[in-house]
Amino acid sequence: MSATIVSLPDQSTARLPKVNYLNNEHGLLSWLLTGDHKRIAVLYLISTTFFFFVGGAAAALIRMELLTPQSDLMAPDTYNKVFSAHGLVMVFLFLVPVVPAVFGNFLIPIMIGAKDLAFPKINLLSWYLYMIAGTLMLATLIFGGVDTGWTFTTPLSTHYVNTNVVSAGMAVFVAGFSSIFTGLNFIVTIHRMRAPGMTWFRMPLFVWAHYAASIQMVLGTPVVAIAIILVILERTIGIGVFDPTKGGDPLLFQHLFWFYSHPAVYIMILPPMGVISEVMSTFSRKRVFGYTAVAFSSVAIAVFGFFVWAHHMFIMGISSYSALVFSLLTMLVAVPSAIKIFNWSFTMYKGSITFETPLLYAFGFIGLFTVGGLTGVFLGTMGADIHLTETYFIVAHFHFVMVGGGLMGYLAAIHFWWPKMTGRMYPETFSKLAAVTVFIGFNLTFLPQFILGYMGMPRRYAAYPPEFQVLNVLSTAGATVLGLGYLLPMIYLVWSLKYGKIAGNNPWQATGLEWQIQSPPLTENFLVTPIVDHDAYDYEWLAHQTPREVTTVG
Amino acid sequence: MDSQTLTTSTAVAVEHHSHPSYQKHHFETEGQQREAASLGMWVFLLTEIMFFGGMFFAYLLYRNWYNAAFVEASRQLSIPLGTANTAILITSGFAMALAVWSAEVRKKNLLVLFLILTNIFGLAFLCVKYVEYKEKWEHRHIPGIRYSIEEFVHPLLKSNGTTELEGAKALPVDTAKQTEMFFFLYFAMTGMHALHMIIGIGLLCMYTVLAARGKYTNGYVAPIENFGLYWHFVDIVWIFLFPLLYLINRHG
Repeated sequence: MSATIVSLPDQSTARLPKVNYLNNEHGLLSWLLTGDHKRIAVLYLISTTFFFFVGGAAAALIRMELLTPQSDLMAPDTYNKVFSAHGLVMVFLFLVPVVPAVFGNFLIPIMIGAKDLAFPKINLLSWYLYMIAGTLMLATLIFGGVDTGWTFTTPLSTHYVNTNVVSAGMAVFVAGFSSIFTGLNFIVTIHRMRAPGMTWFRMPLFVWAHYAASIQMVLGTPVVAIAIILVILERTIGIGVFDPTKGGDPLLFQHLFWFYSHPAVYIMILPPMGVISEVMSTFSRKRVFGYTAVAFSSVAIAVFGFFVWAHHMFIMGISSYSALVFSLLTMLVAVPSAIKIFNWSFTMYKGSITFETPLLYAFGFIGLFTVGGLTGVFLGTMGADIHLTETYFIVAHFHFVMVGGGLMGYLAAIHFWWPKMTGRMYPETFSKLAAVTVFIGFNLTFLPQFILGYMGMPRRYAAYPPEFQVLNVLSTAGATVLGLGYLLPMIYLVWSLKYGKIAGNNPWQATGLEWQIQSPPLTENFLVTPIVDHDAYDYEWLAHQTPREVTTVG
Repeated sequence: MDSQTLTTSTAVAVEHHSHPSYQKHHFETEGQQREAASLGMWVFLLTEIMFFGGMFFAYLLYRNWYNAAFVEASRQLSIPLGTANTAILITSGFAMALAVWSAEVRKKNLLVLFLILTNIFGLAFLCVKYVEYKEKWEHRHIPGIRYSIEEFVHPLLKSNGTTELEGAKALPVDTAKQTEMFFFLYFAMTGMHALHMIIGIGLLCMYTVLAARGKYTNGYVAPIENFGLYWHFVDIVWIFLFPLLYLINRHG
């Protein structure tokens, strides 16, 4: 432990490398036809950011409508379309793809010492599928929207609405294929492309988390794909697999939908969890406490995640025996999640901690995800669930997990790897300000919603009784702060592309292979295939490595 | 620093010559490339199993709920046509296996021949399927679009008074209505299977042209091998569909 490094390297001598993946080819076509995983990651970064702001705009409209108890900003059916747009865009076009497609794409090959993902063309194809899905979704919203919520619940989606369910369903279907191809690429890459010496238990935990999430993408997504196809067929040509008047069972749709959509929650949260492992270790300058336990907890979450789906259906008339079993299984998922939280906390114990922005976001993740996870246990308890389901308590719960967990992890990742992706540092003061703003804004937005839900305010309504107004105003105020907190990084990260300080290879003194190469990396990542002879997070190895370091190549 | 880049790029260039032309840059060895492609196909087939799994699950559920209707409805399917199609598909699969073998032993003409045979049997399968679908249209058994329960309530009779379909029983109206569910699933499952066949046939045409140019008989077997896996998977789906839809419980 004596070899821990607390002083960060002197960056004044660092120079941007002349040749790197960003400048070795020029022109728009060199980007649109690229096979380079790093360029595809940048394409995804731009497109997911766009859709984040589309979904964010819908969120802003929702919060503005809820400022007053009456539905005065928009008509109730418009409100339905707006919250559906928010859910669909944020879930399928932002949260599910964002961390795997941006950071998984960029980092997995480098972290395991490979030149690229196993199938570069399929990787590019998955970006195009994502863009087709995004275009379809935008078209759906522009030409009248869809008002089923993001869950396409039958028979509402098949019989009772006249909005663009078919095109929205197609968008989800295509986005699903994009996600399947990403997951497939990761699984094959992690199995077959590791550098010599990179054994499974030397891989960074980021890679483990993505492996677990990929298993869920590959096994879960096709099921929602067929469920959506059957909904589309029911709407268009009237086949009645989910139609009770024709002998079908609407509950079957719920089972098929949640068989994917519950694991989808873990697809959204496991990759950010991988990010947090990297960040906690780097800024504590210590090996992640209980490396093996954290690695296996990712896999355990992936496995358990497949056996809890019916907890979304406790009030939908499933038998009380299966509710009992699913309630118990739901509790079990809390175990691997808690293993992660405790091990990250222990990682900091006696570490040499410095408080850079990524670590602030990681703290945010740990605190908010814990609240989100614990309220998840309330909701997994049947008695509490029957009281709380379909209220704002649920809304607050999953926003704590998805936004407090997933988005905080994403923001940690973008600050942590920004120097590697662009070669330049973000401005530290502004980013700390943004991190604190996001944290305050988030809590102000969603803590009141727990209370609202507990008091019985239902979700999905444009109007509410006047006694709920104070808490709703607080929530809207928080959303405004939160929106500001998201705009800040957008502005200063773009600013830093030109004016940021030059980062050098390893500004954080982190141990991952990605930090041992130049920033931004070469197109082929490594000049020579690395031979790995040390465990992940081996700071003593790094201390002996540093004197021999070359700042730039090329 | 420039000299360093220079030496590496020459090293890369030299390295290139020792590899077969079809090996992509980012793989260390040809074996790695082949293993990666094969694993990729297996993982893809796993997603396909889950995709069809949703429909098989629905079938299982409704078959249990509406057993009597499902038994009567399955009598409408033609066992001779189904059996013929099974035989055609297995033959096609056999030709595909021989195509993979021809690629491995680097016999170009044989490879092209077997790919064409695979394709012909695949097309034959679709033709038979067309005949079956057409018959359903005539009997008004297309769910949602053109459906009538008439034949289940009043089974067609021959001139000698026996039913046209052997062992057909008249169903009460409410049970007869449930037969539509059987045909939903029949068309959803066989239709999705046929869609996979059509995609496969499209790919086969492409592979046949490329094989004729000698692309797969110089040691680059992986695409043919992996397409073979896909084709066999589509066969296997049918092997499950045939007994489930056509055969079971017909003598009950």
